[in-house]
Amino acid sequence: MSGGPGIVVQRWSPLSIGAMSCLGALLVLLAFGPFYLGPYLTDRLTTLLIYVIMAAMWNALAGYGGLVSVGQQAFFGLGAYAAIRLSHAGLEAYLALILAPLLVGLVSVPLSTFALRLQGGEFAIGMWVFAELAHLLVNLDGLVQGETGTSLIALSAFAPDTRRALNYWLALAVMTVLVAAVFLLLRSRVGASIQAIRDNQEAAASVGVRVMATKCLIFVLAAVGCAAAGALTLATLISFQPKTYFSVQWTAYMIFMTLVGGLGTFEGPVLGAVIFFAIETFFGGSGVWYLVGLGACALLFSLFLPRGIWGALRDRFGIALMPVGYRLQFRPRAGKAAT
Amino acid sequence: MAQGSSVLAAAGIVKRFNAFVAVAELDFRLGADEAVGIVGPNGAGKTTLLNVLAGTYRPSAGTVTFEGADVSRLDAASRCRLGIARSHQVPRPFGDMTVFENVFVAASMGGGHKGARAYDGSIESLRLCGMLEVANRPAETLGLLDRKRLELARALATDPKVLLLDEIGAGLTDGEAAELVAIIRELRRRHIAIVWIEHILHVLLQVVERLVCMDAGRVIAEGLPDEALAHPAVIEAYLGSGVT
Repeated sequence: MSGGPGIVVQRWSPLSIGAMSCLGALLVLLAFGPFYLGPYLTDRLTTLLIYVIMAAMWNALAGYGGLVSVGQQAFFGLGAYAAIRLSHAGLEAYLALILAPLLVGLVSVPLSTFALRLQGGEFAIGMWVFAELAHLLVNLDGLVQGETGTSLIALSAFAPDTRRALNYWLALAVMTVLVAAVFLLLRSRVGASIQAIRDNQEAAASVGVRVMATKCLIFVLAAVGCAAAGALTLATLISFQPKTYFSVQWTAYMIFMTLVGGLGTFEGPVLGAVIFFAIETFFGGSGVWYLVGLGACALLFSLFLPRGIWGALRDRFGIALMPVGYRLQFRPRAGKAAT
Repeated sequence: MAQGSSVLAAAGIVKRFNAFVAVAELDFRLGADEAVGIVGPNGAGKTTLLNVLAGTYRPSAGTVTFEGADVSRLDAASRCRLGIARSHQVPRPFGDMTVFENVFVAASMGGGHKGARAYDGSIESLRLCGMLEVANRPAETLGLLDRKRLELARALATDPKVLLLDEIGAGLTDGEAAELVAIIRELRRRHIAIVWIEHILHVLLQVVERLVCMDAGRVIAEGLPDEALAHPAVIEAYLGSGVT
């Protein structure tokens, strides 16, 4: 990394290298989860991994791409539906669950050419309309039997313990791949362009950014990610009822996790997913009060910590554990020894 | 019209917004390594012309040629990659990104540079515009002068052959404007051709060699600055008729 005498472009810091090493170690530890966690914790952790995917995807789309969508449940539902269809067509169940998100990604490409012409609030609501439309169309499929729904029957062939472990590993692998993909994309030259479009679309075009193609990339990535979350949820629930999967609550959860953790920070949504997961674990059984609590929590955060927990920490201390940005470092003029 | 010597040319440009004609049958050409100023009263169509040259607007009629090739159908991003850069009248920083990241996007996308070359180009642009000290600051924290410098640094990082400046001096004190003039003169020494819209004449005349005066979407006079400004049509456009 050069940059003229005395100036270095820094992308990793000792802190972030340490954090990434810890993260690597944690992933290795998690990979052996089913051997020491027990059935309950394995199931719960699978849910947490799905939440992390959802939060990371909504953050990539809204926090970095500036594309605020309240219709990501469209892809969540289509991911599950595509898995049902692929399995019905004779594919092995887990293969269907892996291929379904990619299929949804393909569908999202033509959709993006329409959706991305909308700006701001129009895009947000337009995506919700698309989600409702997708819901209705899936209901028309005879295989789904309307709101009665169906299930991924092929999964019943696995023993419960095997299925639990496979679901966990699949969720861990998909989460790792997707979060790594978002991370690498945001660290690349394209990642800087995505943020430039978020901050000022016309100025981005005027410095050479291909606006539509770049937006399309982040849109499709988020669609694949949300579809993966839907397919993984189907793997844990087995049953598929359109009403459940195409519910706007999924996007509401994504927004909650991202806002609490920190919109537009890489680490924040992961933290938000853990917080949401903890709240759900401890208060999820308390019915309506659980939802009231979630709403109050979101309200307090938007009032007092608008940048979320990680956003506030970053503003205060300038820390980044998974850095996607660039910092110039000014070194004292190097002597001969430095070469 | 000598085609060979002009780097950027517009012929028969018309730009209509519904019934309103912002630019009417306008011809314009910019020589390689030339600096041209565009002046005219508010609403004369100056910024519209700049947007047509930059590719932000498609002209309703007419063609834009860059280095002899018709670029009328290319969008702003493609024209920037070819070498037509611009600054905005009201600065448009990428507010949540650092100053360096702002310029890096321009160097890597508009300039097409990768890796260390993109870094070097960004740093060089920041150095030229005197912005190295604020390189790590979020762009939204910059004051007006620094925002205007950032517009310049970003445009410069795309390795432009032509730079379109839209009222970059507006809102600045004389001292601040002088700092920008020093930067723009340095760009001229690097043989970047410039089209500059500006209301503050004494600033503009420090840089440009030729002046184009516009009113109501047309060119009413052009030539050496003194000659163009002395043209009766220009005096009338600025001061109204009946003044001598």
